[in-house]
Amino acid sequence: MTIAAAVGPARRRARIAYLLLLPGVAWLAIFFIIPLISLFFTSLQVSTGSSGKYKAGFNWRNYVEALSEYWEFFLRALIYAGIATVLALVIAYPLAYFIALKAGRWRALMLVLVVAPFFASFLLRTYAWKTILADDAVITQTLNALHLLPDGRILNTSIAVIAGLTYNFLPFMILPLYAALDKIDPRLIEAGSDLYASPFTTFRKVTWPLSMPGVVAGTLLTFIPAAGDYINAELLGSTKDKMIGNAIQTNFIEFRDYPMASALSFILMASILIIVTVYIRRAGTEELV
Amino acid sequence: MSEPRRATPVEDLNLVKLSKIYGGLAAVDDLTLTIPGGSFFALLGPSGCGKTTTLRMVAGLENPTSGQMFVGAQEITDLKAYKRPVNTVFQSYALFPHLDIFENVAFGLRRRGVKDVTGPVERMLELVELTSMARRKPGQLSGGQQQRVAVARALINEPDVLLLDEPLGALDLKLRRQMQIELKRIQVEVGTTFVHVTHDQEEAMTMADTIAVMNQGRIEQLGAPTQIYENPATAFVANFLGQCNLVPGQITGGDGDNAVLSANGFNFSVPRSRIHAAGSSAILGVRPEKITMYWADEPLPAGHNRLEGTVTDVSFTGVSTQYLVKVPWGQELVVFEQNLSLEELSRRGEHVQIGWAPGHTFALDGAEDITAGMGSHVVGA
Repeated sequence: MTIAAAVGPARRRARIAYLLLLPGVAWLAIFFIIPLISLFFTSLQVSTGSSGKYKAGFNWRNYVEALSEYWEFFLRALIYAGIATVLALVIAYPLAYFIALKAGRWRALMLVLVVAPFFASFLLRTYAWKTILADDAVITQTLNALHLLPDGRILNTSIAVIAGLTYNFLPFMILPLYAALDKIDPRLIEAGSDLYASPFTTFRKVTWPLSMPGVVAGTLLTFIPAAGDYINAELLGSTKDKMIGNAIQTNFIEFRDYPMASALSFILMASILIIVTVYIRRAGTEELV
Repeated sequence: MSEPRRATPVEDLNLVKLSKIYGGLAAVDDLTLTIPGGSFFALLGPSGCGKTTTLRMVAGLENPTSGQMFVGAQEITDLKAYKRPVNTVFQSYALFPHLDIFENVAFGLRRRGVKDVTGPVERMLELVELTSMARRKPGQLSGGQQQRVAVARALINEPDVLLLDEPLGALDLKLRRQMQIELKRIQVEVGTTFVHVTHDQEEAMTMADTIAVMNQGRIEQLGAPTQIYENPATAFVANFLGQCNLVPGQITGGDGDNAVLSANGFNFSVPRSRIHAAGSSAILGVRPEKITMYWADEPLPAGHNRLEGTVTDVSFTGVSTQYLVKVPWGQELVVFEQNLSLEELSRRGEHVQIGWAPGHTFALDGAEDITAGMGSHVVGA
């Protein structure tokens, strides 16, 4: 076979690979990159005086205003999302551990149960929490009888918002943790106990570091959408518990202040990007496989 | 090398009436066994014979249904795995993938609060010749190197007993031979008791001082490799440790040290010390390499057991040639001949004599199943 003949099929294969990439690239371009650019230019638009009408420009003051007016909303979003992520991790880890290592023949059923809430809409499930956490509901009554609630109620407090966020994003935490824990060879845990590590030390030195990829993936999948969420704060919180998602929504839909809403969106994206980068760098040093 | 031969004397490992029942079936059945301190001991048997279960019970990874285990005077039966003076080399090595080689080897020492681990770890890596690999992750090492890390990681703790669970199973044949010699060298150097679980009879015979052949949760025979190979007590042992010719017959008499065993109308002499039959019903046994082939008219050495037959199959294997010789009652006996002769090999259909020294003959109990242990061993593996 000549060299030219040999190169032919290789070239063709490379072309097929690019062709296969095309739908994905087109999708990203049309539905992500172009809207992102559009959003960026909107965030710099100049007001014309009449409501909802803006003209093109480079008004960087939109960003200054966004930060000075809404910094509390940003802070709340990051804190609520942070607390919800930690709570979800604390709840999900033992559950994922159990499903991966102890559930035996119940494993498939338990995984189905984890995913089952997705069959009902996000909005509907959050409405359901309104009923669960209502002032006359059993949970509130019981906790009040024990004098455990500072405000005497759960609904319309930050507790309700964080509880809602934790609940809604829990499956995103459980599934990657499960995947990571399921991959761990049980003999490594036996090796730990063979080498003088108590069950707790074995967990700390073997299981936990080996499950880090799942922890990182799970926390990101929980934190990122939770930080941008507005439905939980809208339905379960009071006006004092609004998050940045609510501010973006209000500016866009109610005030029709598109530049402000766009600027807020960009700041949110940038801050999440920074937090996530720092987080991955830190987690990455922990001797990941 | 000054180190790392252990300072403290090595204790015996004693298993007393140890049983493990899984769902009504005994994986290990009333096992009583003393493994002398400092020995290289092999538990040999086919898969499912209970050897791995026994090992895991000693390691503390499995709880016995009944019975006791002792290291020296200390009872370890109810001791948690992480408190036992025992370490394991796992079948698939089970090295911690997130730790480098140094930290894998240091793991046990760190857990026991040893302050300065550098010296011992370096000496241990030197022993297994992996000093240059200290900062690599297990995934970057070859199978043989990972194997040596697993040994170092266990040995650094100076256990009273080192348990090896089919440690060479994942290696290819050539590397396995090399590691067998390596492991034996390490054992002699450190002096720790090694308990080696394997289904490979050659591996067990190459490495161990003492072999216990296990079958269905019990020990069939225990002894030095030469002893159990040359003078097996059961058909299972005879067949599992290589090939064997077995012919059912009767003990009909004898004189002095030798008895006479009649089979199919022929008489054979067997030393009385090599008879394992309870009554007169017995099975004649002789290993293929003990048999010599003679031309039809050649005289045999005096006193040798002798048969005539026809060659039905010849296979040349390099170091030896394997013949099947059909003897008068129709059975085909296996004969191994070293390829020493300058003459031509015997051919199929050729009429020959075969003979062997009485001292190479043994007799099993007549109630034994002559096919026991056949097919369950790995030829040449």
